[in-house]
Amino acid sequence: MSGTGGPQTITLAKGLNQGLRAAMEANPRVIVMGEDIGKLGGVFRITDGLQKDFGEQRVLDTPLGESGIIGTAVGLALRGYRPVCEIQFDGFIYPAFDQIVTQLARFHYRSQGKLRMPVVVRVPHGGGIGAVEHHSESPESYFAHTPGIKVVACANAVDAYWMIQQAIACDDPVIFFEPKRRYWEKAALDLTSAPPPLFSSQLVRSGTTATVVAYGPMVRTVLDAATIAEQDGQQLEVIDLRTLSPLDLAPVFDSVRRTGRLICVSEAPGEASLIGELAARVSQECFYSLEAPVLRVTGFDTPYPPAKCEEDYLPDVDRILDAVDRALGY
Amino acid sequence: MPPRKRAPSRSSPGAKPVGSPIVGQPTVGPIVEPLAGPIVGTAMEVDGPHNPQQVIAGLRATSEGEDLVQLLTPEGQRVSHPRFDLEISAADIQAFYRDMVLVRRLDREANVLQRQGQLGLWAPLLGQEAAQIGAGRAMAPQDMAFPSYREHGVAWCRGVNPTELFGIFRGIDQGSWDPHSTGFQLYAVVVGTQCLHATGYAMGQRLDGKIGNAETGEATICFFGDGATSQGDVHEAFVWAAVYDAPVVFFCQNNQWAISASLDHQTRVPLYRRARGYGFPGIRVDGNDVLAVFAVTQWALRECRTGNGPVLIEACTYRMDAHTTSDDPTRYRLADELEEWKLKDPVERVRVHLVREGLAQPEFFAGVANEADELARRLRDYCMSMPVPGPERIFSNIYAEASPSIDAARADYLAYHASFVEDERR
Repeated sequence: MSGTGGPQTITLAKGLNQGLRAAMEANPRVIVMGEDIGKLGGVFRITDGLQKDFGEQRVLDTPLGESGIIGTAVGLALRGYRPVCEIQFDGFIYPAFDQIVTQLARFHYRSQGKLRMPVVVRVPHGGGIGAVEHHSESPESYFAHTPGIKVVACANAVDAYWMIQQAIACDDPVIFFEPKRRYWEKAALDLTSAPPPLFSSQLVRSGTTATVVAYGPMVRTVLDAATIAEQDGQQLEVIDLRTLSPLDLAPVFDSVRRTGRLICVSEAPGEASLIGELAARVSQECFYSLEAPVLRVTGFDTPYPPAKCEEDYLPDVDRILDAVDRALGY
Repeated sequence: MPPRKRAPSRSSPGAKPVGSPIVGQPTVGPIVEPLAGPIVGTAMEVDGPHNPQQVIAGLRATSEGEDLVQLLTPEGQRVSHPRFDLEISAADIQAFYRDMVLVRRLDREANVLQRQGQLGLWAPLLGQEAAQIGAGRAMAPQDMAFPSYREHGVAWCRGVNPTELFGIFRGIDQGSWDPHSTGFQLYAVVVGTQCLHATGYAMGQRLDGKIGNAETGEATICFFGDGATSQGDVHEAFVWAAVYDAPVVFFCQNNQWAISASLDHQTRVPLYRRARGYGFPGIRVDGNDVLAVFAVTQWALRECRTGNGPVLIEACTYRMDAHTTSDDPTRYRLADELEEWKLKDPVERVRVHLVREGLAQPEFFAGVANEADELARRLRDYCMSMPVPGPERIFSNIYAEASPSIDAARADYLAYHASFVEDERR
C-alpha cells in the first residue's frame, strides 16, 4: 500500500488484501495458493487482484483438495518458498489436518532445525453469516493444542494488515484465523505507526471492574458489551488475545491482578478448549488476586447449529454482561 | 471358531475375488501407457478372465507379461528390451552388486541389533535391494529424493551414513542427516504424506526454472509402497503433479504386502495403470532386476528434468522379511510364497550373471564379502556407542524463532532433573 498521507479507512478484508500485496512485493519467494483465489479473488475476495498483478506463478489456483494444498506447500517450503495457503472455510480444514499436525508442525523438530516451514495457513473462521453447515466453525483449539505451529487471530482491519505480513515473515508455520463476519468492518489504518509484535496480546480498552478476554470475531462483541456496561457504571477492561499459540498471558495476568475478575469469551465450544487453558493458567498465576472464579462465555458443547439458531448459539452482548454480573456477584 | 487356514481371498478357487487378478493373460499394450488410449471397458476386458493361479502374488508380480520391463532374468540371463536396453560395463554391474550386498548386510545387521535390544525397531528392506539401488543410482546429484521409512538402500546411494539411519530406530533422533546436501529428505512415517511434499518440491523446481535439460535439469523422486497408493494424499499428489507438470517420478515399490494386507486389498488394477487416469505415463518394471530399475528410472528422471513429468514407476518386488521387527508374517502369508520369491532374489541373479559371463573373479566377491563384514562391525560398534540425548532434546528446535515459553519449560524441567542428581550425590 502506497501512502504517507495519513490514516486511511479500510475494511478488514482490504487490510488482508493489502497486507498480502505488501508481503508479495517485499519478497519474491512469497506465493499464494488455494481454491478459487486467482481469477475469482477468493470466495471472500481477500486475494482480489493478486493474480492479475503477480501472475499465475505466484498466485496458484489449486485443485480442490485441502491436504494437497498444505502438503504441496510443505514441499514448496522445503524448496525455499514462503507459501500462503487459503483454506476456503474453517469447516474444510480437516482434510488438511494430518498434513498440518503430523508434517507442517514437525519438520523443524524432526530435522533439529535443518528444515524450516515458513508457511501461513489462512482460515476464515467463526459464525454469524447465516451459512450452511461447515461454514461457521471455530477449530482453533485443535491447532493451539499442537506444538510446532503457531496460531493467531486478527480482530480488526489494522491488525489484519500488519499481522498477515508478520505471519508471512515468520520462519515458523502460522495458522492465521480471520473473523469472516468482520471482513467488512472498517478501521483507520495509519501506516506511520509501527505495529505491536505478532505474538502479543493487546489491551484494547482499559477498565477496573473486570477483565474480559476475547479474540477474533468476539473482540468486537466484547467491546460493544463494554460500551453498554459503562452506562451501568461498570468499567470493563478488554484484552484482545491475538496470539493463541504461543499464548501471551502477561497482559492478562497483569489485568486480572488489578480487577480480580476474568471473563473469557470465545465462539468455540468451551469444553477442552483454548479458553479453558486460559482459565487454568489465570487460576494458577493469579490465585490470590481473584475475587471470583474465572467464567467462560462460549459456544455450546454442540455441533454448530443450523443458521437460524446461531443467534442463540453465539455469545452476544447479553451473555457477556450476564457473566460480568455473575462475576461481580461473588 | 475354526482356525483360519490362509489369508482370505487368495488362491482359494471357490472364494469370491476381492479384486481382479492383477496380471491378466491377454494384456496387450504398449510398455508406456498412452496418454490418450481408447476408453477401457470392464475390468474383465482389461485384465482377462479370473484365474485363481494368477492371484498368487509370486506369480502376478514378476509375471513374464510383456508389460514388465526386465533386463536380467531371475536366472541371471541378460535379455534385451526394445525400449530400455542398457549399455553397461562390467565395473558398473559390479558396483550394483557391491551396493546390494552391502545394504543387505546393513539391513541384516540392523535386524539382529533389534533382536538384541540395541534398536527399538527396524523396517527391513530384504528383497528390495535392486529396486532401491537401481533407483538411487539413477539419480543425479542435483535431484531430490523423498523416502518413506524403508529406503535404506536409496539413503546408501545418496551418501547418508547408515549410522544415521540407526539413530532413528534406536530412538536417538528422528533423522539427523542433512536433506539438502544429500538430496535425500528425512524419512516419512505417516504413509503417503511424502508424495505431496515431493510434488510441492518438484513444483518449486519448475517455478525456479530448473527444468528443460535432461542432464543438467532437476527432478524429484518420491518413494512409496503399494499400501500407500490407497492413501488420499497419494491421489492428490498425482492430481497436483499432473496439473502443474511437476518434474516428479513417483516410484512405487510394490512389495506385495502392506503389513498384512495383500495387493488385492488395495487395488483392482495393476498400480502402474493408474497413471493413465491422471494423464501421465505409468510403467512397470521388475523391481528385483537392478539393471531394469536403473534403466527405467534413469529414463523417467531424464523425462522429468526435460519437463515431461510426472512419471509413475511400479517396481514389482517382494518384502522378504516382516513389515517391521514387530510384525509376524507367518500369521498372514504362506511360506511357499517366500520360497517362490527366493528364486527371484535380486542380489543372487546379479552374482550369477557376473560369474556366468566371466565379468568378475572370485577375488571380487571375496572383497565385497569382507567389506560387508567390516561395515557390519562398524555399524555394530557405532550402534552401541551412540550418544544418548539428554532431556534438553525434548525442548530443542520446536520452532525456528525464539520461544520464551518453551525455554521456560526447559529451564523448569532441567532444574527439576538436576535436583535428583544432587540428591544422589548426597
